[in-house]
Amino acid sequence: MAKRIVIVEDEPNIVEAISFILSRDGWEVTTHANGETAAAAVRAARPDALLLDVMLPGRSGYEILRELRADPDLAALPVLMLTARGQKKDRALADELGATRFMTKPFSNAELLAALAEITADGA
Amino acid sequence: MAPRREPIFLERETYRRRRLIDAVRLLPLVGVLLFLGPLLGSGAAPRSTALGGLYVFSTWLGLIALTALLVRWLARAPGGVGSDPLEPDAAPGGPSTRAGGGAEPDAR
Amino acid sequence: MNSNVLISVSLIYVAFLFLVAFGADKRARAGRGAWLHAPIVYTLSLSIYCTAWTFYGAVGYAARSGLEFVTIYLGPTLVMVGWWWILRRLVRIGRAQRITSVADLISSRYGKSNLLGVIVTALAVIGTTPYIALQLQSVTLSLAVFNAHEPGAEVRLSTAPATALWVAMGLAVFTVMFGTRNLDVNERHHGVVTAIAVEAIVKLVALLAVGVFVVWGIAGGPADVARIIEASPISDWQINGGRWASLTFLSAAAFLTLPRMFQVLVVENVDEKQLATASWAFPLYLFLMSLFVIPIAAVGLTRLPAGANPDLFVLTVPLAEGRDGLAMLSFLGGFSSATSMVIVAAIALSTMVSNHIVMPVWLSLRQGGASMSGDVRNAVLLSRRVSIGVVLALGYLYYRFSGGGAALAAIGLISFTGIAQVLPAMLGGIFWRGATRVGAAAGLIAGFAVWAYALFLPSFGEAIFPAQVMADGPLGLAWLRPQALFGISGLDPVVHALIWSLTINTMLFFGFSLLSFPTPLERLQGAQFVNVFEHSQPGRGWARGAAEAEDLLIMAQRIMGGAEAQELFRAQAAAQGKSGYLPDTTPEFLQRLERELSGSVGAATAHAMVGQIVGGAAVSVEDLMAVADETQQMLEYSSQLEAKSEELARTARKLGEANAKLTQLSIQKDAFLSQISHELRTPMTSIRAFSEILRDGPPDAGAQQKFAGIIQDEATRLTRLLDDLLDLSVLEAGQVTLNIQRDSLRAVIDQAVAAAGTAGDGRLLEIRRDPAREEVTIRTDTDRLAQVFINLIANARKYCDAAQPKLTIWVSRQEGRLVVDFVDNGAGIPAEAQAVIFEKFSRLSDQQKAGGAGLGLAICREIMDKLGGAIAYLPGQGGAAFRVTLPADRARSGNSG
Repeated sequence: MAKRIVIVEDEPNIVEAISFILSRDGWEVTTHANGETAAAAVRAARPDALLLDVMLPGRSGYEILRELRADPDLAALPVLMLTARGQKKDRALADELGATRFMTKPFSNAELLAALAEITADGA
Repeated sequence: MAPRREPIFLERETYRRRRLIDAVRLLPLVGVLLFLGPLLGSGAAPRSTALGGLYVFSTWLGLIALTALLVRWLARAPGGVGSDPLEPDAAPGGPSTRAGGGAEPDAR
Repeated sequence: MNSNVLISVSLIYVAFLFLVAFGADKRARAGRGAWLHAPIVYTLSLSIYCTAWTFYGAVGYAARSGLEFVTIYLGPTLVMVGWWWILRRLVRIGRAQRITSVADLISSRYGKSNLLGVIVTALAVIGTTPYIALQLQSVTLSLAVFNAHEPGAEVRLSTAPATALWVAMGLAVFTVMFGTRNLDVNERHHGVVTAIAVEAIVKLVALLAVGVFVVWGIAGGPADVARIIEASPISDWQINGGRWASLTFLSAAAFLTLPRMFQVLVVENVDEKQLATASWAFPLYLFLMSLFVIPIAAVGLTRLPAGANPDLFVLTVPLAEGRDGLAMLSFLGGFSSATSMVIVAAIALSTMVSNHIVMPVWLSLRQGGASMSGDVRNAVLLSRRVSIGVVLALGYLYYRFSGGGAALAAIGLISFTGIAQVLPAMLGGIFWRGATRVGAAAGLIAGFAVWAYALFLPSFGEAIFPAQVMADGPLGLAWLRPQALFGISGLDPVVHALIWSLTINTMLFFGFSLLSFPTPLERLQGAQFVNVFEHSQPGRGWARGAAEAEDLLIMAQRIMGGAEAQELFRAQAAAQGKSGYLPDTTPEFLQRLERELSGSVGAATAHAMVGQIVGGAAVSVEDLMAVADETQQMLEYSSQLEAKSEELARTARKLGEANAKLTQLSIQKDAFLSQISHELRTPMTSIRAFSEILRDGPPDAGAQQKFAGIIQDEATRLTRLLDDLLDLSVLEAGQVTLNIQRDSLRAVIDQAVAAAGTAGDGRLLEIRRDPAREEVTIRTDTDRLAQVFINLIANARKYCDAAQPKLTIWVSRQEGRLVVDFVDNGAGIPAEAQAVIFEKFSRLSDQQKAGGAGLGLAICREIMDKLGGAIAYLPGQGGAAFRVTLPADRARSGNSG
């Protein structure tokens, strides 16, 4: 059974690129662009992994992560955070909130796939 | 300052003192009436210097005696001889508002 | 009787008086002057009212007019008995305002008017000089009486003027010695007061002794005296009602206004309690002084040969009876009367002359150089001494040139009438706040003139007014006859002059007071005088020496600090030979203390504070003004400090603001770097991902083309971002070249709307315009202006959060400049953000909006700056509103509308 992943990202071009790569790698991909509703969508979808962008319209990725981690069911969900800002404090904040992995854009496709494989292997 | 007094007593004393002051105020008027009395006779007939002198000197002495009496009473009343209870700083037993020391020697 | 014995006795008596005065001064100085406050001393000092004129003259008066002489004593009796009305008020005012003389009272009351001071002083000098001459005459006359009983009397009589000269000089020396020994703050002269109190006793005892001798020695007791009176020429009491009432009033008025009486009644008063006692004791003194006058007159008229001078009965009756000792006592009584009057009058007049004439002249000549207090002090003392000499010299000269005799005998009442002119101004001043300087001056001058014309000048006889003028009036104007003004004849000259002078005086005083408007100082002083009982304290009793020093120490400690004040007081006490911390409050000590205090609080304030404690004096208006001056200076100084500290505070606030702005900018810069990073990395992410996909092996042709298109779009976006950054940096560096051209504003807006429309992300924005208003030709860099407009329109499109976004573009003229307003119907920009929206790097939220990196408005501002216009946020328009103000000179180039 294919592993399911939810991509929360608002840049349509990036969503398209990542969806393409992950689908090609055998992931079952769901995408979501709105920060406000992202948490609910994740809770409903119950994916194997979450790819979460930091800068989202309506609500930041950090707040979504905080909410998800507060939910015992989702406390262990592997979350890969993506950000275009890549400063140290962003990484620190992500670690503190319980992101499984933190990646700075742009990244190589292989890097992304490797990271995802790594965090889902640990968690599964 | 002054020992505590019954308020009614203080009131009465103040009242007494005011009447006493009224009397003191009236003194010059009494004097004028007495001294101008001889003029009322229209001067038709000359009078005796001896008798006139007796009148003038006896009324004069009477006025002096009356003044002395009133002033002595006034001096016995609280607040001293020269103060009027109606004047702001002479209220008997009232606090001294004076900067730099009591208004009366017995205040300290 | 040997006149050498008489002179020796006189000299011994004078020496005794010197000793008394000296001792009293010394004791008072040593703080042991408590007995000076005994009401009896005050009462006795008032006896200077009884001069030689009354001592000798009363009997003479009685011998001529019977009982009428008593009016001269009844007036003062009424004033004293009515002390509660006037004297109590005068004494309180005198103390509170530190009044030094009757002239000072009038001057002070009417706003420290020196003119009034001079008028009253002149009046006093003119009225008193003949009076002093009268005293000199009485002394020489009485000496002559003794000489007449001696062989070789004719030779002796010629020495009378010399006698008068010696007496005058002796009196001058005495007065200078005890009247100007020191400048007491309160102008009190303890030595003089004591000496005249002793003289008062001598007078009274002498007159009583003569009286007792007459009643029981010559006559056989009161009943016999009554019989003698009935048989004498004065047995009938021919009462003249007008004179009786007028003279009573006149003597009452003079008692209040005579300079010497004011001196002893008010200036020398040390305790208001003295007044209460004197209110009956002094009338008693007067009563005793006049008790035996009628008997002496009657006996003298009966016993002495016809033609004997009744003015000298007091001397001649004992002499005729061979009672030389009694006559000697009587002589000393008359001598005492004359000398005490002259001494006090000279002190009072010299104070007035010095304070109101000499010192103002001296100070004005010095041109304000009188900063050294010792300097002024010496000048004042000198001018006092000279004034005393001048006053006595005038008296002597008057005596010499008037030739003595009958002309002088009448001068008593004439003098009274003259000085009584002060009465309206005095009483009006202390009872009526409406009294003004102008009124007082008018009344005084008019009253004085009438008095001089109707009474004073005619008293010189034909030397001044020829008989023809007296009988028919000047130039034949009958209604101006000096003794029958306005046709009212048949009056006694004194009564006539008194009525007219005081009536005109009072009328003018009230009339001018009502018509004129007082100066602020006058109004203040008026209030202080009339309401003196609300502003001042009654005088304290005399248990106060130490209490004063203690009060002063308490005050000084507050001002100078405990240790310094205690050291000063201890040192001063030690200098006075006392141990402890409470020196006597001598003038020297007070001066020193004032000087020390003035270092801390200013001279005027120090003076006022010390005066408040020591003199019981209210702070005068002058003091208040001086205090206000000092306070003003301090205020100015502190307001300068305040201004400086305000400036500091302002600078600090600016620094704070700048710091906050810097902090905010730094935060913005971080945010911007983040943002730039995001803006650069986001397209890069897509580009990298898709280019890797394409490199790894193309999926299908459609996807390949799509991916390539995305890569291109993202590359374009990157380019645009870089363009913006570049644009901004170029604008900021001022390296732009403007391409100025003429165009219609409408064309520029058209261009902008079109460009913004194409750049949109598809959201619909309704744009409202009034093209007619836009038909204005402008001359500027229209491309740059269009860039600004595009930015604003694009912003509205991006950020307007209304359901149906609308943008109104409105052209108008504001203060002569062309402005273009862009107002949308969204939520607008929060107030706290309005300050930073034009800063580059600023972006209102993390919310990502297409195309912007927070540079648009910063670029707009730079452009408008470069064009010479402005762009500003316009609050309160119901949505986000920007106002673009077009460059002034270029916008004015014509309205083609």
